[in-house]
Amino acid sequence: MTENKEPVTRRHFLKDTLWGTCLAGLGGLTGFIVHKHRKTGTLWQIDPYTCIACGNCATYCVLDKSAVKCVQAFAVCGYCRICFGFVGPEPIDVNEGAENQLCPTGAIKRRFVEEPYYEYTIDESLCNGCGKCVKGCNTFGNGSLFLQVRHDRCLNCNECSIAAACPSGAWKRVPAEQPYLLKPALSEVEGRAGHA
Amino acid sequence: MKFSSYTKAQRHKVTKAQRHKAALCLCASVPVLLLLCMISPPAIGKFEILAEGGQRFPPPEFESGYVQPSPTTPAPPQDIYQYMDALVLLAALGVGAYLVLKKRSRPAIFALAIFSLLYFGFWRRGCVCSVGAIQNIVLSIFDRSYAVPIVVLAFFLLPLIFTLFFGRVFCAGVCPLGAIQDVVLVRPVRVPNWLEGALRLFAYVYLGAAILFAATGSAFIICRYDPFVSFFRLSGNWNILTLGGSVLLVSIFVGRPYCRFVCPYGVILRQLSRISRWNVTITPDECVRCRLCEDSCPLGAIREPTADWTARDYVTGKKRLALLMVLLPVLALSVGWAGSKLKNVTARMHATVRLAERVYLEDEGLVEGTTDASLAFRATGKTTEQLYAEASNIRAKFTLGGWFLGGFVGLIVGGKLIGLSRRVTRTGYEADRASCLACGRCFAYCPREHIRRKRVEN
Repeated sequence: MTENKEPVTRRHFLKDTLWGTCLAGLGGLTGFIVHKHRKTGTLWQIDPYTCIACGNCATYCVLDKSAVKCVQAFAVCGYCRICFGFVGPEPIDVNEGAENQLCPTGAIKRRFVEEPYYEYTIDESLCNGCGKCVKGCNTFGNGSLFLQVRHDRCLNCNECSIAAACPSGAWKRVPAEQPYLLKPALSEVEGRAGHA
Repeated sequence: MKFSSYTKAQRHKVTKAQRHKAALCLCASVPVLLLLCMISPPAIGKFEILAEGGQRFPPPEFESGYVQPSPTTPAPPQDIYQYMDALVLLAALGVGAYLVLKKRSRPAIFALAIFSLLYFGFWRRGCVCSVGAIQNIVLSIFDRSYAVPIVVLAFFLLPLIFTLFFGRVFCAGVCPLGAIQDVVLVRPVRVPNWLEGALRLFAYVYLGAAILFAATGSAFIICRYDPFVSFFRLSGNWNILTLGGSVLLVSIFVGRPYCRFVCPYGVILRQLSRISRWNVTITPDECVRCRLCEDSCPLGAIREPTADWTARDYVTGKKRLALLMVLLPVLALSVGWAGSKLKNVTARMHATVRLAERVYLEDEGLVEGTTDASLAFRATGKTTEQLYAEASNIRAKFTLGGWFLGGFVGLIVGGKLIGLSRRVTRTGYEADRASCLACGRCFAYCPREHIRRKRVEN
């Protein structure tokens, strides 16, 4: 550990000045950043209205099993007997048989509620975030199934590989206080529109 | 689609029976509809995504007392962990400075590096790190809507401040990327000085490019091509795992190649370390020129004592220096010009520019088929003119950015040449302040150090 104890030369003076400038520069930068900083961090989330359910979420995540899962907005769901997020192409029958399901991992659970309504829930441990059901539901149904980043799984990478591969720009950074972009019920949307 | 054109009043008129019937009809037409879907590839364009709150089937009114569940929202990890990370970083930097400058113990520095590798690397999975934080800072300067979380700011600033005071102690024992290379370095080979200097230029280009792409909001390339983060996460795509594996393989023979030739944060730390208050030295007091430490540094940071310059050297040296000083702005401007000409290549890192190019090719009939991105764009209803205008705006930014990036690289090359022709006087063996990563391997080679530790008599 050495410290310069020699008399002040021009070189030392210039060096000290430069040192002070660097420190002041860092201070200035800190001031600028702190001026517009946020206390809590940001998290990645998918805007369900921009998402086109292309399937990249299932394959591009750095995790072996994607942090993106399908979410059911029950208030939007029509509880259809024939759910196009659930029933695969050319089904033999409308039931839980594997050959009739659209979901490649069988993650959508169908439960009879009352005639003619069926409840559809997602088993997240099986869901791989491929968005096939989202596409089906958006195309033929109410669009109650949509993809969301599940924050108990997401590593919140600085450069999210799915966001980089997203074709529609649906991935965005959201404040950690509001980490989900859920689909609200129709009544809520109309209510809000009425207030505005 | 038909259902979305229902008015609100109509939608509420639909009775339960009608809905049932509709569902049955739909059931019958499943294969037909799906067939239609498959025949026409732009399914997204055809069946527009339902607008916010749009519903084809009205929400049911349950009579069986069914309670509608609400979707779960698992909470993100607590912020407290992030604040803890910043505190651990601060503590590790403090301990590192003590170990490098005061204690001068290689085993202790190595232990700190292992701790950092385990904590910041494998436990906290390497994100966010100081190296990547450069991009967040740059983005927040250029993008008004983006604000940096305070923890990311701490990760960016603390190592810089510590380097201004104590030299590169961050590289020595705190950076997990450095640590993972340090542990595998078992058979170091010497990289010739000319090669070292030439390879290091890449780090400057990489820093410049990272700033350019972050400032334009295109990508965080430091994170995208981080070779080790997949190891920390123990998962990742094969390309990055292969890259990381190769860098680690090279690290067995070449000391910390990422740190020396690639790391963009290291480039900043190098410059700050040149003017640091205190710095690591090979010998605790004075160099006796025993040459024992000459080959001890696997990172090529030890400089030999200089020979005296002859009068002739002064004359040629002055001429060369004057020539290079004149050359410097020429070099900066010409490389800057070349950089601005690269805009068509560099701008492709931005998704909007890629999309605009794709849409143009499709519209002109130069390519067959569509991509997910072009389909998604066409479904939004934006005009191609708007898209092209956006893309040309971004290209203009890249033209300006190219001037800066090229100018920066030109200045660095010129500065390097000037540095080579400068007269330097060294009376003993010294660790180069910029290149020294303060790993402490040379300490034990110095006989003066053994005296300091009272292992031998003076």
